Amino acid sequence: MDTHFEVLIEDTAERFICQPNDSVLKGMERLSRCDIPVGCRGGGCGVCKVQVIHGQYLRRRMSRAHIGDAEAAAGIGLACCLVPLSHLTLRVVRAPCAPLFGARRPQNSAPVSPGSPRPHKE
Amino acid sequence: MALSAVLRPGHVCLRVLDLEAAIVHYRDRLGLQETDRDDQGRVYFKGWDEQDWFSVVLREAPEPGMDYLGFRVLNEAHLARYEAALRAFGCQVERIPAGELRHCGARVRFDSPTGHWFELYASKDCKGNGLGRLNPNPWPEDLKGMQPSRFDHCLIYGDDLDGTVRLFREVLEFDLTEQIMEGELMVGAFLTCSNKAHDIAIIRHAEKGRFHHASFLLGTWEEVLRAADLISMHDIPLDIGPTRHGITRGRTIYFFDPSGNRNEVFCGDYTWYADHQPITWTTDQLGRAIFFHDRKLNERFLSVVT
Ligand code: FES
Ligand SMILES: [Fe+2]
Repeated sequence: MDTHFEVLIEDTAERFICQPNDSVLKGMERLSRCDIPVGCRGGGCGVCKVQVIHGQYLRRRMSRAHIGDAEAAAGIGLACCLVPLSHLTLRVVRAPCAPLFGARRPQNSAPVSPGSPRPHKE
Repeated sequence: MALSAVLRPGHVCLRVLDLEAAIVHYRDRLGLQETDRDDQGRVYFKGWDEQDWFSVVLREAPEPGMDYLGFRVLNEAHLARYEAALRAFGCQVERIPAGELRHCGARVRFDSPTGHWFELYASKDCKGNGLGRLNPNPWPEDLKGMQPSRFDHCLIYGDDLDGTVRLFREVLEFDLTEQIMEGELMVGAFLTCSNKAHDIAIIRHAEKGRFHHASFLLGTWEEVLRAADLISMHDIPLDIGPTRHGITRGRTIYFFDPSGNRNEVFCGDYTWYADHQPITWTTDQLGRAIFFHDRKLNERFLSVVT
């Protein structure tokens, strides 16, 4: 069975061939292309977000902070964690670029901002 | 403030998506020593020259990032003193009993204006470096991977930089060694409780509680180049390097663990003394401040966090 699947980026009509077992992002990087933004390559940072329009793929574990159930059901995933099982057509979902160093000085100058999530402890 | 009773960053607890993949990375590639596991499934590691039982704890979770960064303090009296001062500052403070992390004494956990959680503790069992303390050899022979001698520092991203800097300087008695200024606004802070160029660094960022990297110490530039070789030999995702930072002067390479948490191995900063004055970098020269050789701002390095 031919496991070299073609990935079509719908936004730009660019295509590339993914090596067997490579994630979409890894396949793209192997060809020194930059159709999709590259970050951590481990499903942690969320910059490589795409939506698969057509095709079958395997999802490796990725951060729930970036992909919830609804998004996963809509074919949205992190390209570094999606492994093609057929030819794929996808769109790049560009996250709004966070401004360098945040916005400005925080308005809230209280000593401790409330509501920060608690780390796990049992 | 000279001579904090905080000794060093003593442990960082990181969340990973796939524990088995993370163990291979931290033990065999980075080259920490696995020293324990517990009934919550957490795995404990240390650098070879650390005396304490562990300095890195991994926990499997649905999203990567940092649970907390812990600092060892000199003794229980200072722990109680800092605990009271943290409450007075306005932190949420909680005591975690001895043994919740294996081999670790009671911990004082507190939050911060940037949304990060930190801990202080005054005791941890001694594992030793395997060389003994009587006429020892200089290094052990059974090391793997990049072979860092210790966990060294973390860089974190958060919104209320001024608040967390105030917490570290005023409550925990850290010194500011270097700062990045955009006009009057501090956008980056490098802080130490010791003689290092930094024990923690904080960058201003839109969101709370983000993790940029955990860093591990190597001895020489040659070892940084060897780490770079290992990164390619094992197809580890590279971020940037080997290169030199302007800030702290570190010679460095950055890469990612299999869950996207950034790691650094580095060598060679400088010795800080409590009578020194901080160094200032201005954002109009930010390129060389961060990467001294190519002097370019790197979008991924600046913006990718977990
Ligand atoms: S590159 Fe970070 S999640 Fe894909
Ligand atoms: Fe660092």
